[in-house]
Amino acid sequence: MNDPASAPDAIHGLRIEWSRILLPVVTLALGILAWDLVVRVKGIPPFILPSPGLVAATLVSDWPLLWNSLLVTLDTTFYALALALAGGVGLAILFNQSRLIEHSLYPYAVILQVTPVVAVAPLLLIYLPQQAAVLACAWIVAFFPILANTTLGLNSVDRNLVDLFEIYGASRIKVLFRLKLPAALPYLLGGLRIAGGLSLVGAVVAEIAAGSAGAGSGLAYRIAESAYRLNIARMFAALILLSITGIAIFLALSLVSHLLLRRWHESAIAGEP
Amino acid sequence: MGAGLNPGDNVFSGMLSTNASTATTPLVTLDSVAKRFANGTLALDGFDLAIRNGEFVSLLGPSGCGKSTALRLIAGLGEPSRGSISWSGAQHRVRRSNRPEIGFVFQEPTLMPWATVFHNVMLPLELEGVERKAAVHRAARALERVGLASFRDSYPRELSGGMKMRVSIARALVTDPPLLLMDEPFAALDEITRFKLNNDLLELWRSVGHTVIFVTHSVFESVYLSSRIVVMTPRPGRVFTELAVDAPYPRDESFRTSAEYARHCRIASEALSRAMAENRKS
Repeated sequence: MNDPASAPDAIHGLRIEWSRILLPVVTLALGILAWDLVVRVKGIPPFILPSPGLVAATLVSDWPLLWNSLLVTLDTTFYALALALAGGVGLAILFNQSRLIEHSLYPYAVILQVTPVVAVAPLLLIYLPQQAAVLACAWIVAFFPILANTTLGLNSVDRNLVDLFEIYGASRIKVLFRLKLPAALPYLLGGLRIAGGLSLVGAVVAEIAAGSAGAGSGLAYRIAESAYRLNIARMFAALILLSITGIAIFLALSLVSHLLLRRWHESAIAGEP
Repeated sequence: MGAGLNPGDNVFSGMLSTNASTATTPLVTLDSVAKRFANGTLALDGFDLAIRNGEFVSLLGPSGCGKSTALRLIAGLGEPSRGSISWSGAQHRVRRSNRPEIGFVFQEPTLMPWATVFHNVMLPLELEGVERKAAVHRAARALERVGLASFRDSYPRELSGGMKMRVSIARALVTDPPLLLMDEPFAALDEITRFKLNNDLLELWRSVGHTVIFVTHSVFESVYLSSRIVVMTPRPGRVFTELAVDAPYPRDESFRTSAEYARHCRIASEALSRAMAENRKS
């Protein structure tokens, strides 16, 4: 009754896809062209604004250095995201099971979230080894969306389904794993998508804070270091890599979300009649 | 108490009347039950009701008269504030407080959207720890009974409203409960689908032989389905009167258009309007 995607719909869908890919690409090309023109016409020196061509050349020539830095940053980001997932979901479950724990801890989770991580990073760098401090920063910004969304999801379970489980005498554990967690999954995945980007932000912020202390080798550190050396082209190259990384993380998590929800959740179901 | 003879009994005498007393001993008795909610609302007060084995009883009343509350108390969802609910559960597989196993159908289908039709129907068996092979077999049979065997791998969102409700009924019946509680299960469906499900439900009831308590605010539905109608007053709900619907089963569309059906509907309608007026006096 819902199935076969009729031909006109398929074509319609395809047209939307094309415009969504083509238009941003055209915009990007125009932007780069304008950038190049401005640099050429005004004769701006590369230590103020390098041309796009120079940035691309730097990206290629500095690739081994930038690649290694990217790996360091990615490493931090993924560890932070994994810990944020575990911590966020774990805390959400704990809060859901115990009002006492929720009321005792939730305000501090909020405080941790609203305090700017840039301000916290230098302190963490004093008290923790550098790697741990960077990781902690990334975790602090990334865990909250997962905690908040998962909590919302766990509390949004269909009341009738809760009653049904009670009628059949289901244990708390069964209610949690068979009912509450599956019901919370779409919310959790929404939080995870936000957390993916934020863990990169957290890693970058912490690296820059650490970088000024003179030790580190992540991409953000490269940016800080290149700024001191007026190697503006390399700054741009590193920045581009960071953007691509952020996009890749978002796309990967969106894909995970889609694969997990595509059979049953409205958010993941492609437009159909 | 309504004196309607019990048509389910002769069909299922083999299953139910292993001792002669089942026909007379009520399956469940509610004795001056009251329920006050935490917000102060008094939903039920002085509610008396006895349900016998094999009956199809409708609780008929206006919205908010405490029908659903009564049903939930019978299901063990919440405790009465006053009064008692007692079971003669000796002949059943017994759960908490002597309560037999119960099937419950909500107003909405209340299916788990992340699980297939089959896994939704399996759920009660899994929660009760039924061995997997037996559970698979029973779930398949329950789906067959509601005519949805070929939709076992579909997800709820792929089904129509009526089909979802069938899945919900299959889930309620999968544990073979002696008592089926239904809380306005067809209220949200269109009339054609509702009539069809009414017929299917009667057929299921006659072939399975369980006791049914059916909450509805529709006079027509209650007369069509039940062997006895319990008319309730508005909040706080109590039993205003009981009506026996002595038309014989099986009932079908010809009953729906018969003079007898119209007569019963008129009696029930009048009882309902008097029940509504009753509460305004007090």
